[in-house]
Amino acid sequence: MNKYLEPKSPRSPGRRQFLQGAAAMAVLAGLGRLAPAYAWQQTGNLLADKTVSGNTDIFDLTIDHTPMKIGSREANPITINGSVPGPLIRMQEGREVMLRVTNNLSESTSIHWHGILLPENMDGVPGVSFPGIKPGETFVYRYPVKQSGTYWYHSHSGLQEQLGHYGPLIVDPAQPEPFEYDRDYVVMLSDWTYDDPYHVLANLKKAEGYYNYQKRTIGDFFDDAASMGWGPAMDKWKMWGQMRMSSRDIMDVTGSVYTYLINGLPSESNWTALFRRGEKVRLRFINGSAMSFFDVRIPGLKMTVVAADGQNVEPVPVDEFRIGVAETYDVIVEPDDERAYTIFAESMDRSGYVRATLAPREGMTASVPEPRPQPVERGMKSMGMEHGDMQMDMSSNSEMDHSNMSMDGQAGSSGGMDHNQDNMSMEQGSDMQHDMNDAEKASDWVLKDRKITHGPDNHGSGAAMVSPNPMNRMDDPGVGLDDVDHKVLVYNDLRSLKIWPDQREPEREIELHLTGNMERYMWSFDGEKFSEVDGPVQFHHGERLRLILVNDTMMDHPIHLHGMWMELENRHGEYRPRKHTLSLKPGEMLSAQITADAPGDWAFHCHLLYHMKAGMFRVVSVS
Amino acid sequence: MKRLLSNVIPSAIAMVLMLQLSIVSLGAQAEPKPKKPGWPIPVHDSTNYSKLLIDRLEYAWGDEEDTVNWEGQYWYGGDTNRLYIEGEGEDVVSGGEGGEIETLDVLYSRMVAPFWDLQMGAGYQSEYGPGPDKERGFAVFGIQGLAPYWFEIDANLRLSDDGDTSADLEAEYDWLLTQRTILQGRFETAYSANDVPEFGIGKGITNAKFGLRLRYEFRREFAPYIGVSWNKYLGDTADLREAESEDTDHSAVVAGIRMWF
Repeated sequence: MNKYLEPKSPRSPGRRQFLQGAAAMAVLAGLGRLAPAYAWQQTGNLLADKTVSGNTDIFDLTIDHTPMKIGSREANPITINGSVPGPLIRMQEGREVMLRVTNNLSESTSIHWHGILLPENMDGVPGVSFPGIKPGETFVYRYPVKQSGTYWYHSHSGLQEQLGHYGPLIVDPAQPEPFEYDRDYVVMLSDWTYDDPYHVLANLKKAEGYYNYQKRTIGDFFDDAASMGWGPAMDKWKMWGQMRMSSRDIMDVTGSVYTYLINGLPSESNWTALFRRGEKVRLRFINGSAMSFFDVRIPGLKMTVVAADGQNVEPVPVDEFRIGVAETYDVIVEPDDERAYTIFAESMDRSGYVRATLAPREGMTASVPEPRPQPVERGMKSMGMEHGDMQMDMSSNSEMDHSNMSMDGQAGSSGGMDHNQDNMSMEQGSDMQHDMNDAEKASDWVLKDRKITHGPDNHGSGAAMVSPNPMNRMDDPGVGLDDVDHKVLVYNDLRSLKIWPDQREPEREIELHLTGNMERYMWSFDGEKFSEVDGPVQFHHGERLRLILVNDTMMDHPIHLHGMWMELENRHGEYRPRKHTLSLKPGEMLSAQITADAPGDWAFHCHLLYHMKAGMFRVVSVS
Repeated sequence: MKRLLSNVIPSAIAMVLMLQLSIVSLGAQAEPKPKKPGWPIPVHDSTNYSKLLIDRLEYAWGDEEDTVNWEGQYWYGGDTNRLYIEGEGEDVVSGGEGGEIETLDVLYSRMVAPFWDLQMGAGYQSEYGPGPDKERGFAVFGIQGLAPYWFEIDANLRLSDDGDTSADLEAEYDWLLTQRTILQGRFETAYSANDVPEFGIGKGITNAKFGLRLRYEFRREFAPYIGVSWNKYLGDTADLREAESEDTDHSAVVAGIRMWF
């Protein structure tokens, strides 16, 4: 079975010797060739060398700038042991690891072990868990490995992650896997820019929509008029115009500046996973991007999702899945033809893609699917106002229950919920309670009767809109995927293989709203960026919590909690899937149960790098 | 022009520096305390940025005279507090002489609502040649932001050093013909509460100015354009100008560059 699981260490476990530098790397995955010092090979995964000492696995990692070609252009990425991504770190559940990280950069750095449960001071967030790793210093991370699955690691300093400072991490389980496979590959997705990340951020700060080249044009308005009639086209224009929002604002940083990579290689380098016909191939997808959601498919193959964020789930056969930044999905495919298949990862806004190949031999390619039509356009669901699809039939909203509107006096004036009137302008939106449609009423969604308020001032000037009626979108594949004619993974498909030990009903609820103001590229929770809040979000040690997240923005956000699992409250009751990163669509509300069992301070943030940098970050304190 | 160089610019620079300092210190206060001495802040989210936008730098072929027109703004600051320097003027290059700095404002700007800034500060206006230079200063109170339906609005109330009161409004709208070809409509108008004959201004609505400019964004930062502009003086202002046997409406074909850094 798992042919490539354990690297054959040339060293006996007792010898305390460490290979240094590039020579420490070896290529696994059947080829046995040594990788060039600067990049991943076209096939297989580059494995970090490991030294075994008693019950401890020791890894040495060196952070550096290494000039190399990415695609056909020269670049100067941040590398880990000389490569982008860093080498695959393979740990074993039940053992200890020691990771000695040496900083050869001229600035401080760090490594955060994304999704790994560990002591507070080993989590690798400068300013929260430790002081960071100064230039020239070596920091020794040491912790017991108490879980298994597919994870990753990355810098938590500045914008280093955008420059290549990330890599895959696998923990092999102590018990046999509940599924079978013959081959095992990491497929790490990322976004690369030849530009300085601080320049990218400055562009976003100075010019709203700088990287968006699929804005609505006059022609789009006439197209709408032709397809839906002048009146509804005008209504649609007015609706978005009143909010000063764009239905085409899908991703902040797009293919106009990004080169998308799989295992560090762009499409033309064509990273290849080898198989023999009839084999089961496990592909461990990791989205190590700074800013990019991907839609992933392998035309001609069904993918069976067996794990999400490192945690095993009831197998789900899908044709496609959307992977948020920092999420991981393990899938198993069974290619039964002696031919090449394209692994196709399209950016969510269709502004670019990266492909890799699954093939019986090196050097093969399969046809690359036509990218689906731009532009992708958001509908009313994203405003947190509608149950149906994008449709301009305002009368469908006339049955809203206004009994619960009150917060700030002005709300009472909005009789009739006429979407053309002022209550559409979201900054003064009122707290309206929709009549749930029957399907949702019948559901056992834990938040179905929850009344959402947005503070006395709708989160202030840091929030350009609020969702008056955030909804359950866990059955919704998301923007641009709603009308594809094949099966796309949704959060409601994720059912844990086992019941997690802590089944106490949450004794406390914490509600946080995801907020932003695109015009100034401000991102925050509850309208306040990190520097504006007084202190941490307080968890009481040992308590069982329900964390409720409400997306009051027009963007998708992957929200990551360090140190503790979030058990997503989807339709599977006690078989809640555990995640380290939860992606929320615009207008979405969801909840997760958390056992606050990890004392200390932990980062909690949007995993879109520039959103975090703009202040969409909090510290959670467990005590 | 000499007075501009000798007096106004040095004092403007001094003001800019002071405002920059105060904005920087505001930003510095916003940084949270490190968790432990010597530890960094996990996220620096209060960085100050600056942008110099040359909105119009254009040659205008007018009915009577050709001018070079300019309009720009510079801002420095964070999300909430910013320093703005905004200006607009024209210089006659053929068919006459002289020119005008219509406005040159140095403003403190504070975001008060998601799409809106309140601004206050000092303004300057001058006309030069032919004849003696004329100038005046203002206290300026303004509002700037994005109105529903994506209209860029900049409106100001001005109190001059002679006690005259005036108000001005500028609105811009961008129509995207393609992702890079953009037609911009502009409308400007002003109101004066007093007769100010020195500057050819009568009481009431003084003028209305329309412009249409078609630009192509080679990069977001760099877009040449061509366009037309039309200005009509109204009411008492028109009468004043007629009495001086000046035209009360002007049209021009323009070509220029919009850029920012």
